[in-house]
Amino acid sequence: MLATGPLTTVQDLGRPGQAALGIGRSGACDRASAALANRLVGNRANAAVLEVTFGGLTLRAEADLLVVTTGARCPGAPHAAPTLLRRGQELRLGPPASGLRTYLGVRGGIAVPPVLGSRATDLLAGLGPAVIATGDVLPVGEPVDPAPGVDLAPVPEPTAGELTATVLPGPRADWFGDAGWAALTGQAWTVTSESNRVGLRLDGAPLERLRAGELPSEGMVRGALQVPPSGLPVLFLADHPVTGGYPVIGYVTDADVDACAQLRPGQALRLRPGRP
Amino acid sequence: MRLLPSGSAALLVELDGLDDVLALYAALSADPPHGVVDVVPAARTVLLMTDPAVTTLAAVADAVRTTTPRPDTRAVGDTVELPVHYDGADLAEAAELLGLTPDELVERHTGAEWTVAFCGFAPGFGYLTQPGGQWEVPRRANPRTAVPPGSVALAGEFSGVYPRESPGGWQLIGRTDVAVFDLAREPAALLRPGTTVRFVAVRR
Repeated sequence: MLATGPLTTVQDLGRPGQAALGIGRSGACDRASAALANRLVGNRANAAVLEVTFGGLTLRAEADLLVVTTGARCPGAPHAAPTLLRRGQELRLGPPASGLRTYLGVRGGIAVPPVLGSRATDLLAGLGPAVIATGDVLPVGEPVDPAPGVDLAPVPEPTAGELTATVLPGPRADWFGDAGWAALTGQAWTVTSESNRVGLRLDGAPLERLRAGELPSEGMVRGALQVPPSGLPVLFLADHPVTGGYPVIGYVTDADVDACAQLRPGQALRLRPGRP
Repeated sequence: MRLLPSGSAALLVELDGLDDVLALYAALSADPPHGVVDVVPAARTVLLMTDPAVTTLAAVADAVRTTTPRPDTRAVGDTVELPVHYDGADLAEAAELLGLTPDELVERHTGAEWTVAFCGFAPGFGYLTQPGGQWEVPRRANPRTAVPPGSVALAGEFSGVYPRESPGGWQLIGRTDVAVFDLAREPAALLRPGTTVRFVAVRR
């Protein structure tokens, strides 16, 4: 690793099945893009990839490697087109024109030692491999399956403008009433710069709670729109806490969370009510 | 029991209290419905995370409704003994809040077994309850930015052990040298729902 950009981590499918121990799932923020990267280089679904935040990653191959990028398209990257990187050759990911997170898949997978069954870095829980640092040398695993021989996968780019995601009522929607639901779904929220792998912090007209009082902590999954006392929702992403004590007004559908994870600070998000 | 929506991939079951949570959790964790990836007990709720590729929320809801809670199997885990130095910064204050002397608090804390009701907050952090324990301790008005690892603490009806240094608002009554979460150990988490805990005072 010759340069890492603002944040590069190792990610895979995460740690499902351990939430009852207080261990969250974590894993790639944009699961669909990470899965595509693995498919394009013939990896199994649980292979580890690099999640590169806003480009800036430079690396040198220490062996011949089949690599591909997906998600946010970085200038200089073999985007959605598997490419052989020769030993000694460098790969430089420029800043993406749209989207936030780029997935670098390597045939054989990033083979750092797993922690509790996964190679995902969970920044909230402090579990998994350390954040990638300049000078790191990462092991690459042995390929398991034959390479698929795909030249190019046509996939849509993350939007640079306003994103519309589908939202369903959450367990505590009644704490906000019809007016709260209308406020949630009737405005364009702005993604703030405090957003990270834990969640997207949204700015807009605050949501008003109809009822006071505390909520005993309860379990949640990614996509949850949790409303702290400020009234400004947080959309939980991969490294969200396993349980939380603020009411969840709604949930972005699982399929739409991936697109939300590509939003940059300053971008607008509209939440369109969907059918349960 | 009330089934509450939690998006396209999860279902939240709300119950009347912790005993109902533990009884339902005991049944669901022993025999999880098809396609359920995670079952997460909390103070009043049980969350079921599903794999939408394998099942539907309607099928999981049906399975939950036909699940027979198992109130008899509340404590299903191992028994763990945790030696504690009862010299926490909030020991005197916590005792006063309970109308006890520090020694009486220690006696009550060590006098009966605790059970891990559920986990959360951080990997390996267990919320422990003592049946009939009469604990009701408010959190600190100003949470600490750094609670040392191994701190034994009280909040509400719960006791807990901080697995690592972290911010926290619980009242600190002591510390243990036992690592409740250790990645070098299998299993890493010593405290899991159902584990019985006995605190033992290290002589001062």
